[in-house]
Amino acid sequence: MKETKELNLPLGPELNKWELLSKGEDPFGEQMTLQMGPQHPATHGVLRLELETDGEAVTKITPYIGYLHRCFEKVAESVTYPQVVPYCDRMDYLAGMNMCLGYVLAVEKLMEIEVNDRVQTLRVMVNELNRIASHCVALATYGLDIGAWTPLLYLFQAREHILDILEELSGARMLFNYIRIGGLAKDIPDNGWTKKVENFLGYFEPKIPELNDLLSYNKIFIERTANVGAMSQEIAIAYGVTGPNLRATGFDYDMRRDAPYSGYENYEFEPQLGSGEQGKPGDCWDRYIVRVREMGESMKIIRQALDRLPEGDVQEKIPKNFNKMPVGEVYTSTEAPRGELGIYLVSDGTKIPYRVKARSGAYCSVSALPAFASGVLIADLVAIVASIDIVLGEVDR
Amino acid sequence: MTPKEISQRLNADGFQVTYQDTAPDPHIEVPRESIYDVAKHLRDNPDLAFDSLMCLSGLDYTERMEVAYQILSYQHRHRVTLKVQCPKDDPVIPTVSKVWPTADWHEREAYDLVGMRFEGHDDLRRILLPEDWEGHPLQKDYESPDKWHDIPLTNIPKNSTDEGN
Amino acid sequence: MIIPAEYISLLISIVYTAGVVVFVLLFVLLCNWLERKISAHMQDRLGPMETGGWHGWAQPIADAIKLLLKEDIIPAAADSKLFRIAPYIVFMGSLAGFAVLPFASNLIGTDLNIGVYYVIAVTSIVVIGLLMAGWSSNNKWSLYGAMRSASQMISYEIPVALALLVPVIAAGSMSMNEIVQNQAGGFWNWYVFKTMPFSLIAFIIYFWASLAESNRAPFDLPEAESELVAGYFTEYSGIRFAFFFLAEYSDMFVVSAIAATVFLGGWHAPFPFLSFIPGIVWFVSKAAFLVLVQMWLRWTLPRLRVDQLMHICWKIFLPFSFVNLLLVSLWVVLKG
Repeated sequence: MKETKELNLPLGPELNKWELLSKGEDPFGEQMTLQMGPQHPATHGVLRLELETDGEAVTKITPYIGYLHRCFEKVAESVTYPQVVPYCDRMDYLAGMNMCLGYVLAVEKLMEIEVNDRVQTLRVMVNELNRIASHCVALATYGLDIGAWTPLLYLFQAREHILDILEELSGARMLFNYIRIGGLAKDIPDNGWTKKVENFLGYFEPKIPELNDLLSYNKIFIERTANVGAMSQEIAIAYGVTGPNLRATGFDYDMRRDAPYSGYENYEFEPQLGSGEQGKPGDCWDRYIVRVREMGESMKIIRQALDRLPEGDVQEKIPKNFNKMPVGEVYTSTEAPRGELGIYLVSDGTKIPYRVKARSGAYCSVSALPAFASGVLIADLVAIVASIDIVLGEVDR
Repeated sequence: MTPKEISQRLNADGFQVTYQDTAPDPHIEVPRESIYDVAKHLRDNPDLAFDSLMCLSGLDYTERMEVAYQILSYQHRHRVTLKVQCPKDDPVIPTVSKVWPTADWHEREAYDLVGMRFEGHDDLRRILLPEDWEGHPLQKDYESPDKWHDIPLTNIPKNSTDEGN
Repeated sequence: MIIPAEYISLLISIVYTAGVVVFVLLFVLLCNWLERKISAHMQDRLGPMETGGWHGWAQPIADAIKLLLKEDIIPAAADSKLFRIAPYIVFMGSLAGFAVLPFASNLIGTDLNIGVYYVIAVTSIVVIGLLMAGWSSNNKWSLYGAMRSASQMISYEIPVALALLVPVIAAGSMSMNEIVQNQAGGFWNWYVFKTMPFSLIAFIIYFWASLAESNRAPFDLPEAESELVAGYFTEYSGIRFAFFFLAEYSDMFVVSAIAATVFLGGWHAPFPFLSFIPGIVWFVSKAAFLVLVQMWLRWTLPRLRVDQLMHICWKIFLPFSFVNLLLVSLWVVLKG
């Protein structure tokens, strides 16, 4: 609580407190600075938001990040190209497969490696599985932040099945290290793994209507999220917000369809857009429902991938050591669950990357927070932070 | 438009940019004085319409520094990489954060980790590292400190990983 | 030796009070276990299964021991005196409500002729305790929680009181016992059904408003974990935290028991032929049923926002309960 400042303003009937507050002046010392985070249940890790509050209303937001900075870019400059892959998992630890794919595609583009159809199909499959798992966590924690506990457990159950499937494939549950340069770590196990994926899809299909009944169309949930924190398309594009957050504003852009990579052009699916069904376009509810519907689209892609899964080798021939790398620089972008993952890779010909820069979707989403989330209530801010779905591992890298 | 056409277009519009046909990704070299104008032109010209900056990275080449801008036009669905050079002893580059707000945080990150200054940036503070950190870790001649606020950063007992358990 | 009569009545009150406290403790332990199990089964999991053997029945006991043994931390910058007193005031407020709860026809602390009024008044003390806790913690989040709870509980007291007045008018008495006696002879005589539809509306308003009174979901804003960390008891630990916990659960019981008394026939059996079962069983099971409904709601619904909470109170519950009160008064007058 600030101390009241000396008043040397013309005090009179014309002095309007709200007018002054809206101009950023605070003659009565009624604003309170509130630190939300780094340890706060609703900041999804260690995000710190410095709030200027007037009662329950938030007049100014300043995000502070870096509490989970693990020097990805510095580490990447000191290990060899294949050794960077496991560090990629750790950027967005909820979507390790998608993170690895982004980096691996960059290295493959640099080395001009073409992987065969089986590798591409499997990569798409594990990516979409991981996307569902990641969206499950996003929606689960979203509900939790609004005060709905029960959906959390149902969604984590579904995620558990995916993690089991991916564990059988890669041996790990979160930090897979499965997608490698020029291929995959190993082929799918021959104990009916594809059957398990099919079983999962059959199990998960009815879970989405169940989630809609429990949370999505719950009156209180809609009251809490519709018309709250609406992000306009202009702000989204200006701040580089991508992925589901951009699509929730009604902007039709999905990297998987519009700039396909890893053979995504062979799959039929519809990017899901927010339309302001319950409120304004791009509000918290839209960001929620886009993710719910995207899980359905991911399931479509997995089904198609299962149908077309060709035979082949899962590892292309690549040089044993990376001593003779081409000199140059590449930028690849992939559609990660939290927006565009861009990897900017600079090679100087040695086996160690000269510079690796990771551009993460969540980083840009957080940076847009002050632009579209000021002037809400604290409870709304919690909903907004939950709805932009950030993972601090990816923000801070 | 391809990067080459974009470069030619910029030249035709009176900007001294050079097209570098590097493999695998070509880029356009922009002189550092004109980066702001080029950026503004790229955004506002309806044929180019680069409405979004996707990525901004700082690079340290020991004798010079570079900033790479990956920009995208949602309208025309074309992408291009811009590059700006500056000498290492005078690492100052005009900001583009007024053109693309994405650059706000990305320039802070480039300043924080690589150490170039962005002229005209409103709020050039460290973003990922602590505010009182010294040096810029992604510079090639950076040496990690031994300690930060009495927290040892390098002095980890040698056998802690091998025989510690 | 002759013991003076006033000593005997004092002894009886002490024994009764002790009995109530023991009942509250046991009820809270049971509720804690039930809440875990109910939430677990609603969420498709098992909940505690190990402690004590059968379905983790001893888990709340273990928790209680843990809370008793935990260090009692008082923040250095806290207002130490207020900080220490606050939890006891909160607990006292909800415990005082038990004085007029008619567990059975002859099992009542004191049958005040203003019983309903007393309950409404005495449960407001809780607000003071919560404000003290929030303010003295010297934590902004706690302060928010305290302010929220103060505004919420004071606002919701009005619909609660207005809703309780409906059966009071129908019964023509504020005494708990008399209200219950007026509902004798089967469930169709309970006030919730007797003076249809007014008392049904009053019951619904009372039940929802009482959720807000006892800070339960979907009105658990003062302790909204994801927004205010834990609200007014963020800084509390150990035994003092346990008192808040006790107060919350005994509050749940009190508001449910009042609903059972004035709307659901108190200790009366739903059918006359079932009246061989003691009244206390009916009373406690009716209250417990409402407590279960509270838990069910908590694990199903998301949380409201502050302004929505106030909106519901002032713009929906209040007009409805006023009109309802007017109509029931008219109805009583016309009926003679």
